[in-house]
Amino acid sequence: MQFHTLFSKAVPLLWYGSHVDKCEKLTRAPGGTRLCEASSIVVYKSSLLQILRLVACEVWDHLLHFVTLLTHRIIPCLDVKAGRVVKGVNFLGLRDAGDPVEIARQYDEAGADELVFLDITASHEKRDIVYDMVRKVAEQCFMPFTVGGGIRTIDDVTALVQAGAEKVSINTAAVVTPEIVRQTAQRFGRCATVVNIDPKRVPRDGFEERRAEREKQGLFAPHAVIPDGQPDDIVFEIHVHGGRTPTGIDAIAWAQYIVELGAGEIVLTSMDADGVKTGYDLVITGGVSSAIDVPVVASGGCGSPEHIRQVLTETDADAALAASIFHYGEYSIQETKQYLHEHGVPVRLTH
Amino acid sequence: MQVVVIDYGMGNLQSVLRAFEECGADVIISDQPASLKTASHIVLPGVGAFSDAMNQIHAMGWHDAIRHEAIQSHVPLLGICLGMQLLADTGCEGGQTQGLGLVPGTVQKLVPDTPQTHIPHVGWNEFHRVQDHPLFEGIADGTDFYFVHSYHFKPASGQHAIGSTPYCGGFVSAVQSDNIFGVQFHPEKSHRPGFRIIENFLNIN
Repeated sequence: MQFHTLFSKAVPLLWYGSHVDKCEKLTRAPGGTRLCEASSIVVYKSSLLQILRLVACEVWDHLLHFVTLLTHRIIPCLDVKAGRVVKGVNFLGLRDAGDPVEIARQYDEAGADELVFLDITASHEKRDIVYDMVRKVAEQCFMPFTVGGGIRTIDDVTALVQAGAEKVSINTAAVVTPEIVRQTAQRFGRCATVVNIDPKRVPRDGFEERRAEREKQGLFAPHAVIPDGQPDDIVFEIHVHGGRTPTGIDAIAWAQYIVELGAGEIVLTSMDADGVKTGYDLVITGGVSSAIDVPVVASGGCGSPEHIRQVLTETDADAALAASIFHYGEYSIQETKQYLHEHGVPVRLTH
Repeated sequence: MQVVVIDYGMGNLQSVLRAFEECGADVIISDQPASLKTASHIVLPGVGAFSDAMNQIHAMGWHDAIRHEAIQSHVPLLGICLGMQLLADTGCEGGQTQGLGLVPGTVQKLVPDTPQTHIPHVGWNEFHRVQDHPLFEGIADGTDFYFVHSYHFKPASGQHAIGSTPYCGGFVSAVQSDNIFGVQFHPEKSHRPGFRIIENFLNIN
């Protein structure tokens, strides 16, 4: 009952009525304030049912334990090539549309909760340019950001962290040498260790062949974990090299494995949904986010704020990553968050 | 004014330095314990795991210097994230380790209170004052700050808990003992409210 003890004076529950600006804090009155006086409360995703049951019983102390106000993060992802942001962002009206520092500043002002810079430079020789970019962003921008793409070794990770990235996101390298995940977590902490997983639906037969091949080589080759209610002839298989290369590894089993190794966050990009803009893949996002106990960032397929609402309410994903809807000015961060807020999804509102 | 950001060799401190600069501070990053002698304010940032950080703090000679300035000279000290946790008596991340012992308490792992609660606690979450303090001037209860952590500070006594955040049933997100302060969130990554905390800290003498 730590929470109870801490807040013996004032209960920091925010009760939102139908009007956003009219949130008021209730003081814990002797005997408790009647819960039914509130029209609605902000709750953390699927604890809603439990809350409602408690509301019915008017059990205060238990209620406190279920209320948590961690907001869902909305994260724009920026593709970077040779230290310059490519694709979109022209609408921001920047003097220099490819300048990562200016773009980060704009997104910070607009209320983005984090940024992801994804380096898509093909050549590994130009890593210094990326480090230079990270250094500039870290010095000029006061918002959290993650850097991914092109990481091969723990030295690449170290260089990024030393340049100022607070989180690094590892993709192909985690499959090639899972040890890099353990090393990163050990050296920079679990919180700094993000792993990207790119699953794609494939027929079970082909998957099994590739899995057997891995097994023969003595590699990590778990059996497929089929998400609840899904046909078992389809497997969600991890792909690497930007989604081109199948690996013979099942997505859910892999997520569990790398969390054990030290991953503190998973960015899950559905290869089926990516670029299609018809919504996140709720099946695999739900499957992965309920199978592991670290935060999951849903990615791939976002075409509207409604898609973000779906993935944040229908799965246990903690955050949503999107690219084109923001970069091409289809929706602003602010209107996206306003939409989510109006639909009962807790987000950080800055305006 | 001379703000010293303590560099114990575990990562990049530029964003902390730059945030203090933006708030108008005369600030340096230093890996020399002797630099604390001229410090008007000390900042202890956080990178990595508790045990590694304490090992580095001992190896680089920071331990006694920090304690001396904070306790004998009453220099205001702000611990950020892991830096707040290091103020405790002991931590358990990477094995049971002695902390700086500046704010009585221990550091423990966050324990999820629902099946949907994910650890690390990453993202923007609310801060609520437990006690009023000049450090929070201009900050409304319920303001969002940026958090990234798996462990939390458990003060030995309620008098040292000055702020709290509703996650995992609620944890202490700000501590104080005289001139020594700690915040679990990252003010340098928390937009304007974060800058306000830094400014308030700079106004404490």
